[in-house]
Amino acid sequence: MERLVIVGASLAGLRAAQAARAGGYAGELVLVGDETHLPYTRPPLSKELLAGGQTADQCALPHGTLDVRWRLGIAATTLDCAGHRVGLADGEVVEYDRLILATGCRARDWRGPGRDLAGVHTLRHIDDSLALRSALQEGKRLVIVGAGFIGCEVAATARKRGLEVTLLEIAPHPLLPLGPELGGRCARLHEENGVEVRCGTSITAILGTERVSAVQLDDGSELPADVVLLALGAQPNTEWLAGSGLELNAGVVCDATLTTTGDPDILSAGDLTEWPHRLAGGALVRVEHWTTAAEHGQLAGRNALLDPAERAPHEAPPYFWSDQYETKIQSVGFPALAAHMEILEEEPETGRLVATGSRDGQLVAAVTFNAAKRLIAYRRELAAPAVGAAG
Amino acid sequence: MKVHVDMNLCQSHGECVLVAPDVFDLGDDDVLTWKEDVPEDRQADMEAAVNACPMMAISLED
Repeated sequence: MERLVIVGASLAGLRAAQAARAGGYAGELVLVGDETHLPYTRPPLSKELLAGGQTADQCALPHGTLDVRWRLGIAATTLDCAGHRVGLADGEVVEYDRLILATGCRARDWRGPGRDLAGVHTLRHIDDSLALRSALQEGKRLVIVGAGFIGCEVAATARKRGLEVTLLEIAPHPLLPLGPELGGRCARLHEENGVEVRCGTSITAILGTERVSAVQLDDGSELPADVVLLALGAQPNTEWLAGSGLELNAGVVCDATLTTTGDPDILSAGDLTEWPHRLAGGALVRVEHWTTAAEHGQLAGRNALLDPAERAPHEAPPYFWSDQYETKIQSVGFPALAAHMEILEEEPETGRLVATGSRDGQLVAAVTFNAAKRLIAYRRELAAPAVGAAG
Repeated sequence: MKVHVDMNLCQSHGECVLVAPDVFDLGDDDVLTWKEDVPEDRQADMEAAVNACPMMAISLED
């Protein structure tokens, strides 16, 4: 191989480049990214960076002496698998021997009335976080649409900064994948910290002249707002792959080694990757967590150096965390696949909680609040293939 | 080599514990402890721990 091209210059792309170099790859390495920034870590964007306790520079991911040609601020727009060529937005055509797709996700948008008013935000990139941070300095009333992890973390950060916060969620409880028991506890946590949590509610319009002044809810009522955050989840950046011949669902369909099903010279890593997972009974999964992006990048970078038959599978159970007020929520496995999450331990005075979920008698998920050591034990348990389990 | 963890950054995710349980450990209070002196032949493991830490809290010194 003479040229490895990685499209996507965030965590997964960076780790892929590092792994390829660590694996002895000495050829040309091109890293293409549509953001102008060098790779940075996103978890602080809804927490430490947004709160002001951390600077943008402190979010940079170290990349050391990586010998790489950076093509930053330029999106990839086309892929020609047969010709082994990636087309960039500025007209450059980059040829590859092996290619790693790591274009991630973007914030899911909402295109209703009032979307373009000043004061309406989404949060995905570092510039989004800095813009929201300055908006929170001036605004008093924040309405967050969507009580997923980003919405909940921003609610907690904004409360610490003294804003009035309303958290709207269309589902019956926040953090939908965690199920009603844990989602209900999350709602209580926010209410105890002064957030107004309104579930089963969506918006029909954002109101204002130049700036947002209110949101209109689906029952017709209006809720005053100085700042609105649309936190509706994330959407994989796969549009540029349409017409490439690669198999696309919501994400890019791969085998367990993160090799695309259509082309052994193309691998995928991070948020846009769909791959079959043992814990899901071999069904395709797509995971948007920091740790999975890091693990995927590392594996794809190594696997890209190998012939398809020698490539290793990605089997680690997905792990994520979320910090909200003084509570650290951690999860391993697939809570959404569990029949329900059973709470094994709960200490209201410390906020500690341990819950597990099974499917067909097999452990598939564990979630803890303020119980980090316990979660590690579950990560080890779920990392080992279950004895006698089907699939 | 010397292993340093910035405890102002550490949030007890335990990635390093999974990578090298003989070097890193979480106590019952969920606070990280670690061995500061690690043999040179563990360089690859320690670099893996540095990369695995979501808080970028771990650094190495020769």
